[in-house]
Amino acid sequence: MPDVTLTVDGQKITAPAGTLLLEACKSHGIEIPAFCYYPGLSLQAACRMCVVRIEKMPKLQTACTTPVTAGMVVITDSPEIAQARKATLQLLLGNHPLDCPVCDAGGECELQDMTFKYGAADSFYTEPKNHREEQKWSPVVYFDRPRCILCYRCVRMCGEGMDIFALGIQNRGSSSVIAPNIPAQLSGVVENGVELAQLDCEQCGMCIDACPVGALTSGTYRYKTRPWEMNHVATVCTHCGDGCKTTLGVRSVSDGSQILRGDNRDKSGMNGDFLCNKGRYAFDFANNVERLTSPLVRHSDGTLKPVSWEEALTFAGTKLRDLRQQRGPNSIGVIGSNRTTNEENYLLQKFARTVIGTNNIDHHRTADFVTLATALQGTTGKFASQRDVEKAPALLLVGGDPTNQAPLTAWNIRTNVRLNKARLYVANHEEIKLRRQAKAFVQVAQFGYGAFVESLGADNDFSNAVRAEEQLIVIIGNELRGGELANLIKALPNAKFALLADYANSRGASDMGVLPDVLPGYQSLQGSTIASEYGAADAPGLDLLAMFDAAAAGNLSALYVVGSNPVKRFGIDPTALKSTFLIVQDLFLTETAALADVVFPAANLYEKSGSVTNSYGDLQLVSKAADKAGTRSDFELIVRLADHLGHDIKSLVPFGSQAKGLRADQGQTRGAESGEADRHAVWITANNLEPKLSPFDPFAILDEIQRLVPGYDKLLRLQLLSGNDQHIAPASSGLVQIENRKDLVLPSSDTLFTSGSLTRYSPMLQDVQRHQTTEVSGHLTSAD
Amino acid sequence: MPTLVSHPDEVKVLSKRFGLGATNIDRYVELDGYKATQQAIEQGPEWIINTMKASGLRGRGGAGFPTGMKWSFVPKVSEKPKYVLINGDESEPGTCKDHLIFLNDPHAIIEGAMIAGLAIGAKTGFIYLRGEYRYLLNIMEKAVADAYAKGFLGKNIFGHEGVDFDIITQTGAGAYEVGEESALMESLEGKRGVPRIRPPFPAVVGLYGGPTVINNAETIANVPHILLMGGEAYAKLGTERNGGTRLFGISGHVERPGVYELPMGYSLRKAIYDVAGGIRGGKQLKAVVPGGSSCPVLRADEIDVGLDFDQLAKAGTMLGSGGIVVLDETVSIVEFALRTIRFYQHESCGWCIPCREGTDWIKKTLTRFHAGGGNKKDIDNIQYIAENMLGRTFCPLGDAAAMPILGFIKKFRPEFEEYLAGARVANPLIQIQPVGEHELAGAH
Amino acid sequence: MSAIANTIFSPELAARFDKLVTIYPLKRSALVPMLLYAQDEVGYVSDAVVAEIAQRLDLLELDVRNVLSYYSMLRTKPAGKYNVQVCTNISCMLRGGFELLDHCKHTLGIGHKETTEDGLFSLEEVECIGACCWAPAAQVNYDFHDELTPAKMDAVLDTYRAREKK
Ligand SMILES: Cc1cc2nc3c(=O)[nH]c(=O)nc-3n(C[C@H](O)[C@H](O)[C@H](O)COP(=O)(O)O)c2cc1C
Ligand code: SF4
Ligand code: FES
Repeated sequence: MPDVTLTVDGQKITAPAGTLLLEACKSHGIEIPAFCYYPGLSLQAACRMCVVRIEKMPKLQTACTTPVTAGMVVITDSPEIAQARKATLQLLLGNHPLDCPVCDAGGECELQDMTFKYGAADSFYTEPKNHREEQKWSPVVYFDRPRCILCYRCVRMCGEGMDIFALGIQNRGSSSVIAPNIPAQLSGVVENGVELAQLDCEQCGMCIDACPVGALTSGTYRYKTRPWEMNHVATVCTHCGDGCKTTLGVRSVSDGSQILRGDNRDKSGMNGDFLCNKGRYAFDFANNVERLTSPLVRHSDGTLKPVSWEEALTFAGTKLRDLRQQRGPNSIGVIGSNRTTNEENYLLQKFARTVIGTNNIDHHRTADFVTLATALQGTTGKFASQRDVEKAPALLLVGGDPTNQAPLTAWNIRTNVRLNKARLYVANHEEIKLRRQAKAFVQVAQFGYGAFVESLGADNDFSNAVRAEEQLIVIIGNELRGGELANLIKALPNAKFALLADYANSRGASDMGVLPDVLPGYQSLQGSTIASEYGAADAPGLDLLAMFDAAAAGNLSALYVVGSNPVKRFGIDPTALKSTFLIVQDLFLTETAALADVVFPAANLYEKSGSVTNSYGDLQLVSKAADKAGTRSDFELIVRLADHLGHDIKSLVPFGSQAKGLRADQGQTRGAESGEADRHAVWITANNLEPKLSPFDPFAILDEIQRLVPGYDKLLRLQLLSGNDQHIAPASSGLVQIENRKDLVLPSSDTLFTSGSLTRYSPMLQDVQRHQTTEVSGHLTSAD
Repeated sequence: MPTLVSHPDEVKVLSKRFGLGATNIDRYVELDGYKATQQAIEQGPEWIINTMKASGLRGRGGAGFPTGMKWSFVPKVSEKPKYVLINGDESEPGTCKDHLIFLNDPHAIIEGAMIAGLAIGAKTGFIYLRGEYRYLLNIMEKAVADAYAKGFLGKNIFGHEGVDFDIITQTGAGAYEVGEESALMESLEGKRGVPRIRPPFPAVVGLYGGPTVINNAETIANVPHILLMGGEAYAKLGTERNGGTRLFGISGHVERPGVYELPMGYSLRKAIYDVAGGIRGGKQLKAVVPGGSSCPVLRADEIDVGLDFDQLAKAGTMLGSGGIVVLDETVSIVEFALRTIRFYQHESCGWCIPCREGTDWIKKTLTRFHAGGGNKKDIDNIQYIAENMLGRTFCPLGDAAAMPILGFIKKFRPEFEEYLAGARVANPLIQIQPVGEHELAGAH
Repeated sequence: MSAIANTIFSPELAARFDKLVTIYPLKRSALVPMLLYAQDEVGYVSDAVVAEIAQRLDLLELDVRNVLSYYSMLRTKPAGKYNVQVCTNISCMLRGGFELLDHCKHTLGIGHKETTEDGLFSLEEVECIGACCWAPAAQVNYDFHDELTPAKMDAVLDTYRAREKK
């Protein structure tokens, strides 16, 4: 669209023709108030707050629906306009309960802000207000009808944005009301003798986010605190592999600082407006009373007993050193995590390879990133980023079910199709929900992805259309691995690819080399720079399953498990570990931890700083939000364990005088005020100074990652510290090619309401599951 | 059954077949029926539109938009099918003229729709009646079936290869707002009767996204007559820029209420005193609502005005739907205002804030005021609310609610004050449903 | 055979619905008339009606409820066999609409939106029904009765009572 010039409040502004006046003004710093307008959702012109005067028009016009035209002359603020807005507010407030002091939205409410601005607080109505009790629609969504201003944002967000259509508008006129999809008389939920309407949906809470007032409130946050009493820390969600930015509201409590709210107020992440149920509410596992807060050591009577840190670390370190000496480094195994940071993952494999001296390191893999990286080696620009999904003109989704497993991916696909008319092609063995957005759908047999890949070369409508796409993004579910995956990549030489994995740092764990047969960045165990620097063994180590086989055979002297629950996940027989010295580092006494000889209570992703890489290879900063007394970050624990093994930790973590730069603690270890720490860090980086802090500072090892890991060498520290995502493509040439690799991918099969072992520690997830399976059962989930 | 009335001053164009059995298709054909359509097929779209423009016919739905011009806005070529939509939602209080057309001359509406279709290149017409008009729908449906049976509707009409036209009839289910053209399209598409954002206007993007001409039933029933008598001849019957005749429904306190076809520009005074026989029971005239309940009231001394769009606009009111409601001296303006706002409050679709909340607050305040609990500020408050609704709402319903209220206060303020003084008291029969809990579905 | 197995509607209505969904450019267009016709047969728009209509039109039940709650002629509770709807809007009001309504309240012994004990009549005060020039007017179900007086109204009610006796 060509640019046009118009005059707004006497100022000449330029915007592409067809831009909505409200948006054009906004981009020039002229704020026009609006309740019903929401970028990206359909236009309403219902609230009439955005009225402006346009020359030659007899009436005030709504800026939210008026496209700019050349020569247009607009006044956005005048006594007439202020009066119109004020009157509209007065009318709204007539029926509004004005319960701001107890409203969750108090302090974050657009109605409050407008009333403040236009001075419409004087209510001249003497009639009683239309009252209605607050309603609980689901464990996480509450509706307070009198506060509702009927802007329809929630309805549109649920329908257009989420493709769920669980909210509607019923009645008309002043009886109009937002209604959930299960009417009271059919819900079967009765409270105090009253039947309650219920919400059967994905429980994403997007409606709450979109609500400009306190009409929709969150079941996990309501009445907990005032917004201004919290610190707001932007970090990355720990749950799935999509990498949503989430803002955590934290408040100090006696044993640290606690997360009270998760939301998306920041909206600066690659998830834009979006956040799913887990990102928004499932932080509550962190506050679970079952959190481990003291190291445990197995006593002679067979029970685990709390001991001091020093005792536990000394015991574990000494024992490991002895076992290494007696039975050799290759008798020891290490298992890493999908939810720890890149720095921790890197450190852990370095620990295995240089402190222990073994390649027996692996993690629970949920996607075959090794094949992806090797298939794309030597190419550039072939790894798709999450942001590509939002913009690409064409997308092919092979396998996977993003709606349930990668909700942001699903959101981006839907948004792209809706707003940009992107062409979506879907090939799946199930009729996944995203087929509703698809231009073409191919039904694949359950294990028939190999045949599908072959058919891409054939002459049929689907394949022809896919091959004709010039800028295609291929999103691949975990059904495709090894040869099939490689063939798919080969079949579409012009496309960009992404693999869907299951957890916050699944990709990071792979990229950082938490694998027995490749080093960080998928580099070879033999001959690569990193291999010589490590000086580690050049034969592949045991993979995760092989470690347990070895244990069962009595050949594994010790196993160090960090943030993982393989016993449950892989159904390991506990007796297999009978003669293995087991150290587990975790949040809870999981099935694996319960078998351990030493248990270290760890901090979770919301309680530490560092970086994570999502399924697409988008790297983001993780900021410390909460703090739990009695726990330590995995990073610190690994370093301390190395120390107690008698290792020179400066060779593990380059810090202090070894590196040039500052040495003071800049706040990273200082608790919840990590915002402050980030500001220091930004400043330090901006001045070309590297923050070399303490051996427990994860940024100390980021240097080494940048130096040694292909792809990560390109990352910009300032971008990272500013909270921006960066796309990483670890595909330099010379990566390892392994023939006949064992398929070790085990999808976690998480749903919208599960998150691996964390599920059972999140009361909210439990509640929502119960709500969805018992309270609203008999009704189809979402719209299909 | 509605009684048919007549008066010598009437000029019967549209109503000439009323009472003559024209619901029967053979009888209709005898009375020059379906001639205009055949003529239209032969002469082509340009001729039709020119004739319509020449006729000076302005929309009878309320806004008075020139019909020929409306038709000419429809783009010649369109990817999506074009449609003709007949608005028979007739719900403006005081209005019952379309009722008589459906009852007496349904084929005129079919013909008008076909001609509109020929003019703009539409092959489908919809006739939408308000839900309460079920018995009229039955008449309409029979007429449509008869026309199909005769080959007047369907494919190759009157043997003209490729000239096709289909008609679908249906009703609403109780909603005044659905008379608004874009809300009507929503309703016809099976949705809530909430108006659409304009532009785009229906002539470009209308029903099912296709270019659509929407006309009031009376407007469209005029069309065949205009084609037969010629545009100029029709225009001459009325006044400048207000061609032809119009069905005026005169109701309220007159001796002979009824629907009369009078030339545009006919004197309001004569309409009341001559045509409708004057004020019932020899009482004095107090006020007139000249074009349906949304038009600002005229006082008894303001009725020397011609009944056309322009003259009434000059008089500070509107011709609207042509429903003239006559109030004698016994009427309490406050009661009348209360009943009026109660209607708009009930019918507001609820989409936009000023209308949804404004109608509700005026109704609430006026209810209390009428019941004797008023205070001086109330009158100003009501006026303030109405003034702030005017021109600020999403669709004209908000204006339709605000305008009469402003009129009542402006012209009869002393009468409001009499309630404050206790000189007038509440009419106990006017019971307003208490405001309170509504059930979720069907809360009317 | 109806397009829907186990339809809750009579075979005639089911057949009518089968046809209705085919005549519009968009199936959904049949929604408002269908609700009305279903109500005519069932007496009100029950949850079962909502469910079947949603199924017939490929809509969510929520969609159907959103629409149904908009229109004032549609009800979700049963009414009397004969629904007496008295207009009290301006033209009728001027000619005794309120008095007529009041009369009905007394003779039927019920109020607005109430039903007589025998289930025969229910009463409703309605907005303008398009009979202003023949005021005051009332509708009983879909029948128009105009130029009414209390006495005429009694006669009208009697004709419906008589219909029942037969
Ligand atoms: C609130 C509202 C209600 C309306 N109701 C009706 C109606 O019942 N019948 C009608 O013909 N036009 C009605 N109109 C006018 C229509 O929007 C539209 O202008 C008309 O159908 C156009 O036809 P015409 O040009 O032939 O008048 C209404 C308008 C508004 C704003
Ligand atoms: S003015 Fe607003 S609320 Fe009123 S009917 Fe129109 S859109 Fe609906
Ligand atoms: S933002 Fe324009 S009307 Fe609400």
